[in-house]
Parts: sequence; structure tokens; C-alpha cells
Amino acid sequence: MTRVQFLATLLISAAAIAYEILLMRMLSIVQWHHFAYMIISLALLGYGTSGTVIAICRRWLEPRFELVFSISGLLFSITMVACFVLGQRVPFNALEIVWDARQFINLSIIYIVFFVPFFFAACCIGMAFTCRPSHISRIYFFDLLGAGLGALLIVGLLFLLSVQSALIMLAVLALLASALMAITSTARKPLAVMQLVCLATLLFGLPQEWLVLRISEYKGLQQTMQVVGSNIVHVSSSPLGLLTVVESPRIPFRYAPGLSLNTRFEPPEQLAVFIDGDSMSVITRFDGNLDALGYMGDVTAALPYALLDAPHVLILGAGGGTDVLFALYNGAARVDAVELNPQMTRLVTDTYADFAGYLYDDERITIHTQEARGFVVRSNDQYDLIQVALLDSFAASGSGVQALSESYLYTVEAIQDYLKNTAAGGMLAITRWLKLPPRDNLKLVATVIEALRETGVAEPGRQLALIRSWNTSTLLVKNGEFSAADITVIRQFADSRSFDTAFFPSMTAHDANRFNLLDQPFLYDGVNALLGDDADDFVARYKFYIAPATDNKPYFFHFFKWSSLPEVMALRKRGGAGLIEWGYLILVATAIQAAIAGVLLILLPLSRVKRRWPRGTGSRMGSYFFLLGLAFLFIEIAFIQKFILFLSHPLYAVAVVLSGFLVFAGLGSAYSAQLVQRVAQKRYSPVSVAVAGIAAIALLYLAVLPMLFQQLMGLPDAIKMAVSIILIAPMAFFMGMPFPIVLARVADRAPDFVPWAWGINGFASVISASLATLLAIEFGFSVVILLALGLYATAAAVVHD
Amino acid sequence: MRVRGAVCCVMLLALTAHGDEADYAIARAAMVDEVYFYATLARDTGEAALNEDVMQALGTVERHEFVPARQKPFAYENRPLPIGYGQTISQPYIVAIMTDLIEPGGGDVVLEIGTGSGYQAAILSALVHHVYSIEIIEPLADGAAARLARLGHDNITTKLGDGYYGWQEHAPFDAIVVTAAASHIPPSLVRQLRPGGRMIIPVGGQFTTQQLLLLTKTDDEKIITRQIAAVRFVPLTGEHQDE
Repeated sequence: MTRVQFLATLLISAAAIAYEILLMRMLSIVQWHHFAYMIISLALLGYGTSGTVIAICRRWLEPRFELVFSISGLLFSITMVACFVLGQRVPFNALEIVWDARQFINLSIIYIVFFVPFFFAACCIGMAFTCRPSHISRIYFFDLLGAGLGALLIVGLLFLLSVQSALIMLAVLALLASALMAITSTARKPLAVMQLVCLATLLFGLPQEWLVLRISEYKGLQQTMQVVGSNIVHVSSSPLGLLTVVESPRIPFRYAPGLSLNTRFEPPEQLAVFIDGDSMSVITRFDGNLDALGYMGDVTAALPYALLDAPHVLILGAGGGTDVLFALYNGAARVDAVELNPQMTRLVTDTYADFAGYLYDDERITIHTQEARGFVVRSNDQYDLIQVALLDSFAASGSGVQALSESYLYTVEAIQDYLKNTAAGGMLAITRWLKLPPRDNLKLVATVIEALRETGVAEPGRQLALIRSWNTSTLLVKNGEFSAADITVIRQFADSRSFDTAFFPSMTAHDANRFNLLDQPFLYDGVNALLGDDADDFVARYKFYIAPATDNKPYFFHFFKWSSLPEVMALRKRGGAGLIEWGYLILVATAIQAAIAGVLLILLPLSRVKRRWPRGTGSRMGSYFFLLGLAFLFIEIAFIQKFILFLSHPLYAVAVVLSGFLVFAGLGSAYSAQLVQRVAQKRYSPVSVAVAGIAAIALLYLAVLPMLFQQLMGLPDAIKMAVSIILIAPMAFFMGMPFPIVLARVADRAPDFVPWAWGINGFASVISASLATLLAIEFGFSVVILLALGLYATAAAVVHD
Repeated sequence: MRVRGAVCCVMLLALTAHGDEADYAIARAAMVDEVYFYATLARDTGEAALNEDVMQALGTVERHEFVPARQKPFAYENRPLPIGYGQTISQPYIVAIMTDLIEPGGGDVVLEIGTGSGYQAAILSALVHHVYSIEIIEPLADGAAARLARLGHDNITTKLGDGYYGWQEHAPFDAIVVTAAASHIPPSLVRQLRPGGRMIIPVGGQFTTQQLLLLTKTDDEKIITRQIAAVRFVPLTGEHQDE
């Protein structure tokens, strides 16, 4: 292979992984974040299928390597854009899945559509390996270097360009790879014509409306845009999110969750800000006159201000600044506000500074553009009040759409971090939407109780207060016990606004259900049960999953229980559809369709390949490569989710962890031949050595990563990314070895089994992407990693001879 | 068994209708049967049974007229259906419960916030004196106005506009149905409710109703709100599970 051909391989590899991450971003905008794992599974399916196809057509392909590589690259470029456009036109409605079985078919169609470009990209890489075996180590190097660079490239591109422009850049990159490979092809002239036509189309011929992101019409932004007179007035995009600002002069927003029915006030003019088409927050018009904001005293979230005098407030999730204004209205002396997305902050400081009354110029306010957990861990300040903003919409919260979203804001460890920074007598305040029957409200209380108990608080109930309106609840956690005077204030605050108290120390059932009547005082009963001796039994028997969320299982919005499914499905047609947590069911559906697709596209076609190998090889080696496929992805997916906490955003975690694993697993793979030689003299099994290395590092990480993250969380993003790659490197290095060590042995003793080894491994990888997430939700990341170690150990035992 | 009677009438009418209309009538009768069945189940678990007049209205209003053409085959399934513009027509069972909860009377004047396709208004129009309905999405407002006029619901008045301040010219209302999502209950709507009146608000997403909020203004103008689960799911703690 020439240098140019190596470069072509690198470009295809870079474009493929960048496209994978771009699709995750696109699906987060048009659908929801948790489809990300489907995309990882799709990319792996593409690689697995291409391996099978290449194995079948190997003889035909070898003399036509350059031509077929170039055509595959061209098709990769074309389908990258075509599938981006077509995939969004599949009428898949995730919210309707509980009603309409056809949505599962639509989900499968999306799966197949997005599989196609990965198949062509994988054909290029796979052919290079198969048709140019003498250069295999260099091809591997360029392939993995490309993947690593591609992951970083797309994160950078998304800071500079919109998702659509980044897509065109990637398509051009693939086209360039195709052109480089065509130079040495016999058909370079017709290829050049096709490539030029494709380039011209990409740059000048694509109708803009094809590329418009077709956001689900059930996301908040699309629904708002249907309102007569609403206009998009600002859009900005980065890997952290697509921000869309909407004005609605004819029918104003008037966003005030939990506003008392007794209020005399209404919200002033507001602009809505949507992140990825959902999660609405507002920028509130402010002319310096706090009296115009009277409504801000009549919501449940105002309770802590009734208890604290001129508090120093920390707001986690400043959004469009309304919570900061809220703190000022309610008498905060100083406000520190943390916002992850700098573009969001700029809306208040620059773009709409005049509208927001130059709010952030107020000397009482300090804005910190950081991730919330990291800020809290690093901060040495003691706050009188830490307020976690209500940033998710009720529709998203209520429909199970967030079931698979990791949230490190509502975990036992997070609560402990917040409380460490709460001054004596100060409070943590968390406002949530109120759902019936209660789910997140009780899960939050369970999480807080666990956090307090772990820090040695014997009677957590003395530090808790909970009030509710008809649609919100506000939980207060005091650093210290609530006094009788505090309780009087809480009661007065609630009574005067017709809010119900749901819990405070020494509260009786009589106080629980007075204004917004429930069939039963669910929250009062629930909190008391969670504080009681039989709390574990209550959590186990509760029909939703309300066990505390932890950093190991940060799925705060996961309430699904298999044991309740038959009952809620039976109630579906009697108004019980809201009881079904469908987000989890979609993940299960994704795992099933991945398994079916893997069988149909990888394993079934392989049966055409001749099967001549020594007796026993099939079952033994088949098991080995299957176990490796599962184990590798289990660790990779668990690490992606674990690193979301450290890197602040799912997209950063995916990009950094994927590129880290690819590059260093590649280096490990390259080193594996040397390892075999070295350990041969000592009569060790090289696979066992590699697996021992994986196990030692994984167990070390299980023990120290939480602590390490805690210490380093406050570092700048770029340094955290570098630290992440350094942490991943040794682990990935060892994980890259078991596959090539045994593959080389197979190639020597049973060459016909090689395509099967690839195919079985690919199949396992495809199903493990979704399976790992399901297991993480059920058992936590630590169990997934331990399970992976078990799989590696079993694999080592299988080939130990 | 007035409901059964109504269903039989509908089926009888179906025999005299032609083609699709006959099929729709049969499907509608089956839908009413299903809602009636579930309502009976609900009564067995201690919930109030649905008012038979409401059931009759459900059996009369042609739901297939209120959904887009591609959804017509599913018009009489007991589930919400998309009607475009990110909106849905509610599940018939939920429509029945909501309508029942406001206790509609023949002389009532009702305000609806969120006309949608006009189905809820049409059900109400069969039960009350007059329905005023406001929609914020222009194509939906236009479509519903034309549809309701074509179907002869001449006791419904619709308009495009902001529902936050209600419809002062026609206030007070005996009942208010708020089907559009809101972060809070507009105080002006509460003011436009007649003493003794009821307001119902479904809370949740487009395809799932989490709960219903029933607001009652007593004769002495005291406000009481009740949050009602659309379906009983209690006790919330089942048999012990080892998890």
C-alpha cells in the first residue's frame, strides 16, 4: 500500500467515527439522547456485516481492491448524507410506542437506514485488512489513529459549525479518501467524474430543506412554534446543545411552574430558550423593578427564602437567568450561579442583555461557566442556600422520555457534595414536577435520606421539609434540624398560598392533604415509609423503582419495574398509559432488534463460507470470540457512562472514551505479537496475562475512580479530556490484546474460521451495546465491569491449553 | 341500561347508513362498549361510574371526523391519536372521565381552552347549552371551526387566540376544560368560573395523561383542587419482591 492509500484509510476511519458521534448529536436533537447507544450498535453492525461480506467475496475483491475501496468510500460519502436525510423522514414517534406497534417497525427502519453508511465505511477498512495482509500492522495504526482523530475532530467541528455543515465536511472527507484511493485504480477517470459530481452536489446542489433537522413535533420547541405569532429569534449550536430562542408576542409564555392559585400576579414578558428542542427555560424581561416580579414569591420554590434572611445562594443550572432573578427577588444577598453552556450564559450577558436588564452585571451576582458537580466539589464557599433548578419539562419528565438519561445532579454522592457546601443552618432546595403516583419526588427523598444516613445523620427526618402545589414539589434539606420556628414559617408560607405540606418534622397526617386533595396523602405516607424501619421493604414493594440513585447507577429518571409491567399494560386503556415508563422498553426493543439484525446480517451469511476446521474449534473459538465481543463493549459502554460525570456531557464522554479505547486498544493489539513471544519463554498463557492486566486495572479503577473524579472534577475541560485518555490508555492497551493473540493462532491452525471469529465477535459487540446499558440500569456500572471481567476470565479459560 | 340502548340505536342507524359510515358506526359502538366496560371495572374498584349521558355523547359524536385521513382506520380505538401540529386527540376513556368530572348539565355554558380537532367540544355540545372554545394553533383553530360547523354543532363558538384570560364576554362559565398544557392555572380563568363551577385540567404529555386536576369553586367562592389519577393504581406497594 502507498502512503496515499494509508491516508485514505485514515480519512475513512476518521469520517466513520465522526459520523457516529454526529448522528448521536442529531438524534439527541430530533429525538432524545438515549438513542446514542443504538448508534454505537449500528456502527458495530456495519463493521460486522462488512466482515462477513468481505469473507464471502474475498477472492473477487482482492484484485479489485482500489476500485472497490474507492467506490465504497464514494458510497459512504453519499449515504452519509442520504441516510441523514432519510432517517429523519421515517415517521417514528417514540411517544406513541405504547399505543402503536407500528412504531417498532419504524424504529427498525431507522436502524437499517443508519446502518448503511457504516457498512460502506467498514467495507473500506475491512478490505484493506483482508486484501493487503502484509501491511496489516500499519493499516491498523492508521485506522485507529484516524478513529482517534475523527472523534476529536467532530467535537471541534461542532463548536464551529452546525450539525448540517459538519455533516457536509465529513462527507467531503470520505470523498477525499475515495479520490485518494482512485489515483491507483484502473478506473480512475470514471471514478473522478463520479467524485466530482458528488462533490459539486454536496457543496452546491443539496436543497437546504433536505438538511433541516426535523425535530419531533412533540418536543417543546416544535410545539411552541405552532403557536400563532411565535418566532425563532436566535439559534446557536455547540456540542453541548442546540440553543433556540423563541419569542411569542401574541400569546406570551408566562412560564411559572407551581404558581399559587391565590396569586395576584402574572409573569412579565419572557423569551423561551430550548436546548436540543426541549428542556425549556426562560429569559424574563427585567427593567430593574423587582416589584414587577411578584409571582416569584408565590411558587413552591420560594419556600427556602421565607426561612433564610438575605442568603448567599448557589444556583445549579442558571439557564436563561430567571432563577438568578428569582433569588434576587426573594432577597438573596449574593448569588453564585453555575451554567455549563457558555452559549446559554452569553444569551443573558450579550444577546439579550438589554431584555434581561443587564442582570449579570449586578455586583451581587457571579456567573460560573462550569459543570455543576465539578463546581460544587471545588468550591470552598459555604452557601446558605443551594438551589437545583427545575430544567426538564413536565412533558419529558412525565412521559418516561428521560428514563435512560444519566443525571449526576440527583445522586447520593451529589447530595452529599451539596450538603458539604451548605453553611450551618443553610439549606439545599430541589424543586421537581409532581407526578401521580409519585415517582421522582419519592426517589429524590430516598436519595437524600441515603445521603444523610451515609454521613452519619441518625434522624434524617429532622432535616427534611417537603411542600407541594398541584404540579410541583419543593424539597428542603437543612444542614441542621428544623426548629419549631422554622416549622411555623413553613406552615404559614404553605397555608397563605394554598400549598400543601407533605412533610416536616413532627407533622401529622391531618396537615398533609388540605388544599390540593389527593386520593391519599401519597407523599406524606411515602416520606414516612422511607424514614421508617421498613424503608427497604417499602422501596422493594413500591410499584415504581424509587431506590436511591447513586453515581454507580445515576438513572434518577428510571422508575420502570418489570414486575409492574403486566399491571400497567392492563391499565393502559383505562387511562393508565402514563404509568408506563416506555424509555426503558425502547432500549429493550433496540437490544432485540440488534440481536435479530446481527443474526440476519452477520451470522446467517457466514454460513455460506466453507467450514473446514479441526473438531472442537467451532464451539471453543466461537465462545471465545463471543465472550470477548461482549466483554470489550461492556467495559467501553460502562466507561462512557462513568466518564459523563467527569467530562460533564455525554458527547464529550463518547468522543474521548471511544477514541481512547480505539487508539490504545490498537496499540495493545500491535504489541500483542511481542507479548506472545515474551511469555512463551515463561510458559504463561498470553491471553491470561492480558486478562490479568485488564482485571488489575479495572479493579483499581473501581476503587479509585470516584475519588479521583472528585479531586479532578474542577479542572478545565481540555485537561480533563487528557486525563481521561491517560486513564483509559493502560486498560484499553491490555483489552486490545486477547483478540489478535488468538486470531493469529486461529489463522494458523484453522484459517477458515477467521471470518467466523470476526463475525461472532461483531455479533456479540452489536448486542452488547444495548445490553450493557440495560445491565447498568439494573445493577450499576460496577457490576457491568465486574461482569466483563468474568467474561474475560471465562474466555481466557476457554483457550487455556 | 341507557348506554346499551344508545349503542343499539347507533347500530340500528349503522344498518341504514352506507359503506364506511356503517363500519364507523359499528366501530364506535364497540368503542363505547369498551369504555363502558372499563368504566364498570373502575366502579368495581371504588371509582365513580361514568354518567350515562356522557357515554351516550361518546356514542353519538363521530370521532373519525376529528382525525386526519390517515388516522381514520384507528379512529375508534380507545387511544390517543396524532392530529398534526404536535397535538393529539385524547383517549376516549380520558375524554369520558374528564367530561364526567365537570358534571355537565343541559343549561351549562362551558369554556374550553385548547380546541384541538374539536372532539372534546363536540362531546360537550351534546350535553350542555353552549361551548366556547379557544385554540392557539391557527390551522387547528380553522380546521376545528369548519369541521364543527359542517357537522352541525351550532352551539359551539370557537376562536383563535390567547386562552390565558379566558373569554370575558361570555363569562362566567359553569365549567372550564383546559386541554392545553400550562405551567400554572391562569388566575383569570379561576375568576371566570361561576360559584359552584368546575374546571378540569389533564396533566401529562401528548400521548399519556398522568393525572387530572379538578378545580371546584364552592358557592362561597372557595377554591378546592383535587388531583385525580386517571386510573387507580393503588395500593402502590405490591407483594414483597427481592430486588
